[in-house]
Amino acid sequence: MNLRRDVFQAIADPTRRTILLLVASQSMTAGAIASNFDTARPTVSKHLQILTECELLQQEQDGREIYYHLNAKKMKEVADFIEPFRKMWDDRFNKLEAVMKNYKNK
Amino acid sequence: MEQKTKVNAEDGKQEIVITREFDLPLELLFKAYEEPKLFEQWMGTKVLKMENKTHGSYAFETSYNGSVVFRANGTIHEFIPNQRITRTFEMENTAFPVQLEYLEFEKLTDDTSRLTMHIVFKSTEFRNQLMQMPFAQGLNMAHNKLQEIARKLK
Repeated sequence: MNLRRDVFQAIADPTRRTILLLVASQSMTAGAIASNFDTARPTVSKHLQILTECELLQQEQDGREIYYHLNAKKMKEVADFIEPFRKMWDDRFNKLEAVMKNYKNK
Repeated sequence: MEQKTKVNAEDGKQEIVITREFDLPLELLFKAYEEPKLFEQWMGTKVLKMENKTHGSYAFETSYNGSVVFRANGTIHEFIPNQRITRTFEMENTAFPVQLEYLEFEKLTDDTSRLTMHIVFKSTEFRNQLMQMPFAQGLNMAHNKLQEIARKLK
């Protein structure tokens, strides 16, 4: 049974976000993607299936190999790219605040 | 709860504005940018050079597993303590062109301050590309692994 996949649920998972990052720079086979994780290959396959079902990933046949690549259009639709960017700066600035509070108390 | 760090990126513009309010007096906030040892701590990087003066320059690099994975440098155009830093920022070995950064430091109360970072990019496309990068952020491990793989493929 194919459950309708929620894209936001799909990108909420850190492993799946890592997969999206990996294929963002180049199309990759399932094997190449799986080699980036310590988790079992079927687990990675399941993640790929979810990402494909919600159209964040697209499959492309090249000879015998199936390559996964990012569906940029879908990504644009669903992912608010500003939020991770904001979060990165927020984390950085939180660190700054902590470092300086510690420095002041010395 | 209101977010402490805000990012304003208007559609079709080649700039972004990042603002953050700190529970720190202005002087301490500025010091975090001025002192290499402190800058290293919160940025998690190694400062190679930091000449805090007009027409000075800076460079830093980040290592992972003993090898340098990220280097950036820039020129300081204006350095006014507790007030303003105007500088360029360039990531080395990437396709990203240099960007211009205006950092404004303001006192809010005796114990709080605000930083406004206004970044101007060469084009809207480069701005959008850069903003998409942190989608990856926090996932440095994967990124580095990817570089390792890429190296092996060469």
